[in-house]
Amino acid sequence: MSGPSTYEPKYAAERWLDKRLPIVRFGVDFMAFPSPRNLNYWYAFGGILTMILMLQIITGVVLAMHYTPDVNLAFDSVQRIRRDVQFGWLIQPMHAVGASMFFLAVYVHMFRGMYYGSYKTPRELLWIIGCMIYLVMMATGFLGYTLPWGQMSFWGATVITGFFGAIPVVGESLQQWLLGGYSVDNPTLQRFFSLHYLLPFVIVALVGLHIWAVHHVGQNNPIGIEPKTKEDTLPFHPFYTMKDAFAIGVFMMIFALFVFYLPDALGHADNYQKADPLKTPPEIVPEWYFLPFYAILRAVPDKLLGVILMFSAIAVLFVLPWLDTAKVRSMRFRPVTRWFFIIFIFAGFILGWCGARAPDDIAIPIGEGGMTFKWLSRIATFYYFAYFIPILPIMGWIEKTKPVPDSITKAVLSGDA
Amino acid sequence: MSETDQLDAHLDTDGEPTRRDFIYIATAAVAATGAGALAWPLVAQMGAANDTLAAGSIEIDLSKVEEGQQLKVLYRGKPVFVRYRTAKEIMEADTVEMDDLPDPETDDARLVTNPQGALNKQYLVMVGVCTHFGCIPVGEAGDFDGWYCPCHGSHYDTSGRIRKGPAPTNMEIPKYKYLSDTIIKVG
Repeated sequence: MSGPSTYEPKYAAERWLDKRLPIVRFGVDFMAFPSPRNLNYWYAFGGILTMILMLQIITGVVLAMHYTPDVNLAFDSVQRIRRDVQFGWLIQPMHAVGASMFFLAVYVHMFRGMYYGSYKTPRELLWIIGCMIYLVMMATGFLGYTLPWGQMSFWGATVITGFFGAIPVVGESLQQWLLGGYSVDNPTLQRFFSLHYLLPFVIVALVGLHIWAVHHVGQNNPIGIEPKTKEDTLPFHPFYTMKDAFAIGVFMMIFALFVFYLPDALGHADNYQKADPLKTPPEIVPEWYFLPFYAILRAVPDKLLGVILMFSAIAVLFVLPWLDTAKVRSMRFRPVTRWFFIIFIFAGFILGWCGARAPDDIAIPIGEGGMTFKWLSRIATFYYFAYFIPILPIMGWIEKTKPVPDSITKAVLSGDA
Repeated sequence: MSETDQLDAHLDTDGEPTRRDFIYIATAAVAATGAGALAWPLVAQMGAANDTLAAGSIEIDLSKVEEGQQLKVLYRGKPVFVRYRTAKEIMEADTVEMDDLPDPETDDARLVTNPQGALNKQYLVMVGVCTHFGCIPVGEAGDFDGWYCPCHGSHYDTSGRIRKGPAPTNMEIPKYKYLSDTIIKVG
């Protein structure tokens, strides 16, 4: 995508460096990356995510200086960070809220990609690397949530490692191997800490590939047609660095609102009780960003089937580029599929709601009884999968799409971009 | 013809294996063995350590439990329930039709004989962990007077057998034996 290098060293020192290690040239060319001129604010979430990833690593490294991964000390060491460590009251909530913000931003980023068809050829691998990042993020988030060693940490870890016990034949041995014992205990906490420290660097490596891929194939855009002329693009810097910077500023305000005013709003009160292997909390609820998957898990009465369905809900994202058969990328020109997509997002929210509530409680009152959360989550789960198969492949074949503009520039000038 | 092709042609002795083939295979074999020898300890270290495995048995004094009570003892990081069942509970556990059970097992099969070779029907010893996702069920609750798991709503009867809900199997009976009339050794 990038053309010939535009970098011209001005000073002798720059020329000296450029001859020996062209690192400045690399940076300049990298930032001059031609980007479609019609990117809207939904495209700022890549920048926002990069910023949060760096923030999570910095705050995490700092927290590790004060945290003790031992079942007898972990809970108190986190409380000590919040009360006694200098600025611990700021850094610990930044890390915990940061995890929520990370998922919030990644969900917007993924929905953006799904709406504008950013997973379609030639961006399949870009999308798949993104799915891998999301998967590693989920693992990292889960491992990190165990570390404060509260009641939800402990029982969340018990339930989630229990998924592996559902695998026939090897399940029990596999679970014991993951836990390092018969139950979630000190060996589990120590390895979770070790892996929680490792995985963010795996994410950094994957993000490197993700950015490399997007620089190679170029960014998609809201109308989903490729830039044809130089007029259709703008250099990433300064145009999109400024746009991203503004979006990051707005996002940071929301972030700061939570950190300073609602630091515990996204967590669960039970996690302020120290883990007790003899007492299960009245209800085990995961962090909000896992709720839709938790609802899918509980939607079926069978343990193994529930686990398979839950993992399939993530696995199906990996094959999305081949399930959507439409030639037109952007949903802007797909009048019917667009609505299926909006319902898909709605189903995601419904699943999140179901995941937070007891399965047998009434969700929608009808007369005496009504529909329980279990049944509501079954309907939403059904739609979640139906969107991928068969709705997307069929709509790709039968839908009559609206006319697509000739070029990005024409669309921008006529106000359609 | 590229340089490598020429090299291959030079070495091609009518399809017969050459000394070079032998060196390639030998090198690969040594490397694979070495990688395997390193990978195995790295994988195996994550399993239960010897001290975890060794802390494998405890003794429980049953005389501490009164009728209608339940004792919770921590064993291998999980609670073991010792329940002194009432006559009504034993009767309920015995009169169930096997066809009604998702995981059919008689109550007697879930008990262990005492030194006299008889069953102490009143003492039910089991691992108090829901077989669904490992929560701890609440006693004297649920639709079958046994246990109820609050996490995902599994109901167990007075023998700890699954009756209703997502759990696939009955609650586990640990390996244990009677050392005397009132003392059992678990593990």
